Amino acid sequence: MDNFSYARPATLRDAASQLGREHNRVMLIAGGTDVLGELKDHLREPERLVPIRHLKELQGIRPSRTGLRIGAATLLADIAESDVIRQQAPVLAMAAGKVGTPQIRNMGTIGGNICQRPRCWYYRNNYPCFKHGGNTCFSAAGENDFHAILEGGPSFIVHPSDTAPALVALGATVRISSGSRERSVPIAEFFVTPRQDARRENVLQPNEIVTELEVPSAPAGSKAIYVKEMVREMWDFALCSVAAMVTVQNGVVQNARIVLGGVAPRPYRAAAAETALVGKALDEASATAAGEAAVQGARPLAKNAYKVPLTQAVVKRALLSLA
Amino acid sequence: MADDDREQSEGAVSRRAFLKGGAAATGALSATLMPGVAEAQLPLAKDADPRLTTVDLRVNGVAYRKEVPNSRTLVEFIREDLKLTGTKVGCDRAMCGACTVILNGRNVYACSMLAVEVSGGDVTTIEGLGTTDALHPIQQAFIEKSGFQCGFCTSGQIMSTKALLDKMPRPTEDDARLLMSGNLCRCSAYKRILESVMTASRLLQA
Repeated sequence: MDNFSYARPATLRDAASQLGREHNRVMLIAGGTDVLGELKDHLREPERLVPIRHLKELQGIRPSRTGLRIGAATLLADIAESDVIRQQAPVLAMAAGKVGTPQIRNMGTIGGNICQRPRCWYYRNNYPCFKHGGNTCFSAAGENDFHAILEGGPSFIVHPSDTAPALVALGATVRISSGSRERSVPIAEFFVTPRQDARRENVLQPNEIVTELEVPSAPAGSKAIYVKEMVREMWDFALCSVAAMVTVQNGVVQNARIVLGGVAPRPYRAAAAETALVGKALDEASATAAGEAAVQGARPLAKNAYKVPLTQAVVKRALLSLA
Repeated sequence: MADDDREQSEGAVSRRAFLKGGAAATGALSATLMPGVAEAQLPLAKDADPRLTTVDLRVNGVAYRKEVPNSRTLVEFIREDLKLTGTKVGCDRAMCGACTVILNGRNVYACSMLAVEVSGGDVTTIEGLGTTDALHPIQQAFIEKSGFQCGFCTSGQIMSTKALLDKMPRPTEDDARLLMSGNLCRCSAYKRILESVMTASRLLQA
């Protein structure tokens, strides 16, 4: 790992003032679990790191008018174990509890989790792909076992975050600051498709910092689950995951949110699956139909067609567990 | 290498660049400009190098203070600066758990944190638990149950056991499996590691 300048900013404004106009010359570091891997592998060689985990503007879980405000530097372990999040936004607590290992959750933050870079092995091995400023996705005609089946192209990475699908299902808002200016972005618009920007996974500008997540309470009477399918049982990045949130009244689904992780370059809201459920009883037939609808339009690559039936099965299983 | 980095790190002219360029450039500098540049750039006797930071860390109850490169990881700080080599480096990528230490009450991967990031913190390593003459009950349990084969992952396994039992003194086997999942054992001594954790829990209750 090359060396770099480092100074702990006292305030959010100080931190933002250290950021420049380019993404890679100055980097933010919060939990650092992803950043350190990138630096050790020379994926990025910044002149300066700006630490933000200690900033008081980024701490805490507080009630808001519509739900909760969660500081971006909140540890994943604290989110997974928070009573108030378990009550008001259980799918988020479940997803946070599925991130990495206990140690990773003791180090990583929610802000870092939604801003982490892709796990694609071409990216991680420093191939000159879109993410490194090139104009090729080596997975397209290469080793694409773990790549996108939905919304892929020209880059076929999958978004690796567990908390992001849960936050999309809950309709969260991302609070962003550049020190002098603040803005709020609905989380579904925070993430971008490769067609919008193949180099980045979100709309953050080089001088911006995610400060907080506004998370509305799950609808009264709703039930939710986060299911994550991995190559091995205990921990890994998702082959496919689903954040499902369903409200059933009088035996009929009133409202459904189904968001997929690990299958598209951003958390993928399976709107067709939601439509397939609303107005139906939550049972084997509707769960199967929702699973099929979830992969509508899927275009698997040479080596990842298995993700289509896998995703169908995971969606179905998640929904049946809520019935 | 370090000097070159230092020169590039500051947008303005560094002392070295200024002195190196001095012979050729002095004549070109106007008399009014020169004192300003010199004053701004000539460092004090002990220059603050922006690539070095003084780290204060309490490790096993002892306070340490050392100036280290910003890129020094916590595990390098522990092993190389403090010479506490009980903590191991396996993957160096936050995947295997050999480097696990307890930082402010939580088990973390010391390979994937920077020493400067944890300055001011309180760390416990395997050396902080027991000695060969007076083993910690967790160490005793690992020996009793042979919770290892080659032993390379053991200090990390023991530190995760400590964090687990501090938080949950009487775990079920499933709790223990989950909370120990961040520590891999290439020898696959998992069954005996689990027995060691459960035995340690009992020993600590006694």
